[in-house]
Amino acid sequence: MSREEWQFVEFTARMAVLSTLLLLPFGLAIAWWLARVQWRGKIIAETIISLPLVLPPVETGLVLLKLFGRRGPIGHWLQEAFGLDVVFTWRAVVIALAVMSLPLFVWAARTAFEEINPTFEQMGRTLGAGEWRIFVTITLPLAKRGVLAGTMLALARALGEFGATIMVAGNIPGETTTLSVAIYQYVQLGQDSHAWTLAGISTILAFTAVCGSACLLRRRKA
Amino acid sequence: MSAGIEANFVKRFSGGPEIQVEGLRTRDQTGVTVLFGPSGAGKTTVLNSLAGLLRPDEGKIIFSGKTWSDASRKYFLPARERRIGFVPQEYALFPHLSVERNIAYGLNGASNSKLQSRVAEMIQWLGLHGLEKRLPKELSGGQQQRVALARALARRPDLLLLDEPLAALDAPTRQRLRGELRRLLKNTGIPSVLVTHDRTDALVLGDDLVVMDGGRVMQQGPVHEVFGRPANLAVAAIVAVETVQPGRVLERGDLITIAIGDQRLVALGGDLPPETSEVYVCIRAEDVILMKGEPRRTSPRNCLGATVRGFISEGPMVRIDLDCGFPLSALLTRQACDELTLKPGEGVLALIKAPNIHLIPRA
Repeated sequence: MSREEWQFVEFTARMAVLSTLLLLPFGLAIAWWLARVQWRGKIIAETIISLPLVLPPVETGLVLLKLFGRRGPIGHWLQEAFGLDVVFTWRAVVIALAVMSLPLFVWAARTAFEEINPTFEQMGRTLGAGEWRIFVTITLPLAKRGVLAGTMLALARALGEFGATIMVAGNIPGETTTLSVAIYQYVQLGQDSHAWTLAGISTILAFTAVCGSACLLRRRKA
Repeated sequence: MSAGIEANFVKRFSGGPEIQVEGLRTRDQTGVTVLFGPSGAGKTTVLNSLAGLLRPDEGKIIFSGKTWSDASRKYFLPARERRIGFVPQEYALFPHLSVERNIAYGLNGASNSKLQSRVAEMIQWLGLHGLEKRLPKELSGGQQQRVALARALARRPDLLLLDEPLAALDAPTRQRLRGELRRLLKNTGIPSVLVTHDRTDALVLGDDLVVMDGGRVMQQGPVHEVFGRPANLAVAAIVAVETVQPGRVLERGDLITIAIGDQRLVALGGDLPPETSEVYVCIRAEDVILMKGEPRRTSPRNCLGATVRGFISEGPMVRIDLDCGFPLSALLTRQACDELTLKPGEGVLALIKAPNIHLIPRA
């Protein structure tokens, strides 16, 4: 493997891990909220969260580009408050990956939360525990497998993301180019052997993550 | 001011039944109040409302002079602030925590040494030595029950609530633990409210009984009073009084004379409203005495000639079905039954004391 290839792999792995860490608190909160709180119109919120799974990724990327661009509402605020540039930097990669893998994580974690017998949480209440303590000491440990499986799925999804990333982060070698963008570029340049090397690595990473997640989910059922 | 529970509330379930509790009261000692009734009677709903896990739609719940729930003021004290101990069905021990950590869960906020000593105290009191590090799935049903009690009692609650505490056990264990649970509950020094649909559980565990059916409180009072003197036909059926027969009042004096077909019975009937002429006669099988031979002078006021119809074995007891002009059941120990050498078709005398004949007005 060439130094350049290795750099793409290392960068992509770093971005995927960061994006997964970023989505965890949001994902857990959303999953818990969908699993435990009943309200009218909940199905609309569920649909919005699942949209990135089915929308063209480029469209999600476009929305992010407009939100985080210098003149976008969030991008403008980040620029003013912290002097942070997002679009076409590594930060945009992390955000794009997190948004794209959020639905998978929420789906897995929510299912895990819903499978917990609510009596355990009620017992916590009768024993004087507040909702946060119950979440940390009862809900989360009992949903551990599902949450871990969701984390691995999210990681796998992040490693392979293309459409949204290229929209918001572009293709700046050494700065925003991820594995899948690099594969695309190698093929464009007619350097198929490089493309194949990266495709092979990509497959191994994805296989490991999906298989690990499937093992976790299956053992939970047993 | 009463130290017990005073509950008057309504809880509705969308598309489901309405649970309406009127005048539910517990005595303010260390007694055990049993909520008793068939499945679907609303017992668990009442227990969960007392625990603060369900919010009543109307009415009030007061415990020991303190308001726990008052729908008219939109006031509701959540479960975690009620200082209760709760033992749910199947115990619901936290499956990922050891016995020790299950017991310690409610002691959050106590200093480490205080927590340790309280857990040790509970382990000692409930005989859980050697199980401290085990996970709930490595315990027998009886051990799980004791851990659930230890967890509920560790934080010194003011009230203990138990939902079908014996239902998760197999029959022999259930027999063995019934008496033990009664002793533990009496020794806690706090009042408890317990849900069961099992008649034996209710009789053995309870001081007071609250009979529920169809979401309503049908009758409440000391266990033996409710079992012996059901207020109406529905309660008589729920507490399973063996003999319930329609009868007619013939004469009212110090005692009441009742006719069931051609038979005459004498009862006290002190609580029967005057002018009542149609009644149901309730006789519990254990109040019927059997005797062979000539009728001699006996103290029981009722002495009926009867024919033996059949036997049903009920553990150490035998239930004997008799015909004395109307069907009558008697409950004898196996030994007594053997000594009498009863055979189907044979004649016996059935003796019933007048106070043991309970009359319910028949509308």
